[in-house]
Amino acid sequence: MKENISIEVSNLSKHYGKFKAVDEITFDVKKGEIFGFLGANGAGKSTAMKMLCGLLGPTSGEGTVAGFDIYKQSEQIKKNIGYMSQKFSLYNDLTVLENMIFYGGIYGLSRKYIKEKTTTLLKELGFDDKLGTMVSSLPLGWKQKISFTLAHIHNPAIVFLDEPTGGVDPVTRRDFWEMIYKAAEGGTTVFVTTHYMDEAEYCDRISMMVDGQIHGLGSPAELKKQFESTNMDEVFIKLARPNEKV
Amino acid sequence: MKVLFFILEKEFRQIFRNKAMLPIIFVIPVVQLMILSFAVDYEIKNLKLTVVDADRGVYSRKLTEKFTASGYFHLLEYTSDNEEAANLMHGWKTDVILVIPNGFDKDLMNDEVPLVQLRMDAVDGTKAGMAAGYSQAIIRDFIFELVGEEMISMNKQPEFLYKGEVIPINYYNPYMNYKVYMVPGILAILVTMVGAFLSSMNIVREKELGTIEQINVTPIARYQFILGKTIPFWVIGLFEFSIGLVVARLVFDIHVEGSLFVLYFFTSIYLFLILGFGLLISTVTATQQQAMFISWFFLVIFLLMGGLFTPVENMPDWAQKFTYVNPVRFFIEVLRGIMLKGAGFTDLLNQFMLISGYAILLIWFAVRRYKKVDN
Repeated sequence: MKENISIEVSNLSKHYGKFKAVDEITFDVKKGEIFGFLGANGAGKSTAMKMLCGLLGPTSGEGTVAGFDIYKQSEQIKKNIGYMSQKFSLYNDLTVLENMIFYGGIYGLSRKYIKEKTTTLLKELGFDDKLGTMVSSLPLGWKQKISFTLAHIHNPAIVFLDEPTGGVDPVTRRDFWEMIYKAAEGGTTVFVTTHYMDEAEYCDRISMMVDGQIHGLGSPAELKKQFESTNMDEVFIKLARPNEKV
Repeated sequence: MKVLFFILEKEFRQIFRNKAMLPIIFVIPVVQLMILSFAVDYEIKNLKLTVVDADRGVYSRKLTEKFTASGYFHLLEYTSDNEEAANLMHGWKTDVILVIPNGFDKDLMNDEVPLVQLRMDAVDGTKAGMAAGYSQAIIRDFIFELVGEEMISMNKQPEFLYKGEVIPINYYNPYMNYKVYMVPGILAILVTMVGAFLSSMNIVREKELGTIEQINVTPIARYQFILGKTIPFWVIGLFEFSIGLVVARLVFDIHVEGSLFVLYFFTSIYLFLILGFGLLISTVTATQQQAMFISWFFLVIFLLMGGLFTPVENMPDWAQKFTYVNPVRFFIEVLRGIMLKGAGFTDLLNQFMLISGYAILLIWFAVRRYKKVDN
């Protein structure tokens, strides 16, 4: 593994029968980078992400995450990553702190540490008075922020975020991106899928997925230049609908 | 170990926060035992009795009273007309005719064995059989009473008792009380149903909510996860069983003849079997609805073929062979053995081997089937 590489993937594929959900994608992600994984609905973003997290077995290709092989060392990978699913995945019938204690406990953290860390993280969000609140009674935006906090409670090397801002209001989305920046400043690699093109601008580098393949890869500025566009929306439309005139 | 503790803490929290859980734990065992034990009752009561008393003596009346006082017979007609009695039976009005011949009292005084006749309407064979059984028992009691009153001399008693008939003596359940037979079986069903349903709905619920994905992306070990899901229901199952035992004692006056330790030992292993079964279903299904249907499918077969409603010996040969893979059958045998006969561990060695064998197999399968990586 190269020193500063966090995720390395070459020719990774996932086929369901004849359908190629992910078709030979190759990319790498540097340590501490915010890597945007963009594409339309059904482009294969979540499938690719699940293969990297060890939730889904690949059909072919190679990959390492945090230096561990995605085929043979998926349990090692799981110790070093955090994951926030597209589906809401906190327990509604537990309080915020109880959720943290459960997931933190699985990673082998002590109760005391989890409590302190959660309090600190939530204080930053101005939310520390809600530790004992039942998750079911929180608004969606807060649930998402809590999910993100939970995904890196154990200080993982990489966090995977699968459409973390789906369905939340613009203010919360901005808050959310501030949280992502903070995590990245702390040295965590952030791998995030989204289909909001304005969010793409916040990423260090992005890859554009179309029908299971990566059609564009680079920083937002490089991509705009390459596709002669003024913003990411245009880049996306040129890539996803190459026959349409913008 | 520490991880397991965190899982258990979470599971227990969720179980006790679920408002439907407390009724399931406390109400179901009581209601099931009460309703099923009283309703699934094969005793036949209120048999309509016609007595043809040609003697009209003191002892013929006493015998008649003995029949009506038993609670099984309801005196429809007290007559001396044989013809009338026959018509009553023909018209479905009476089930049993007791004919006491002229000279009944006189024969008894002379230490002669009098002959009484019992006629049953045997269209319903079971009913007739039961009626014959009750009558025999009543007549036998009657003879003992007469011996007690020195109406019949002691040395004549055997002649009275065994004259041309076999008088059965019922062991373990002397009054053929159906509840004694039913309650241990219903306890077995209770443990089976509660265990299988609760556990089969559990993992699949996390699949439906999507929380399983978050768990699968953690370094949790598969056995930790399955154990974390099993142990809470194991505790609840044992608790349910205990409530059932208390109800059996207080309501039905059924005492455990054998050792409580052996009883709980077997129940503990059996619960692992049933929970393994439930969790296996939970791992192969995608929704709670599917899990429910599949559990029902198996449970109905297991329960109906468990030997509670139909004795295993009454089943056709192929069905008897099938019951060897039916864990409910063995658990009912175990409970009846320990609770009624006072059977010890060595008497139940076969059942122990089968139950623990299936338990290990099912839990192993459940761990195997629970996959963190989807292919």
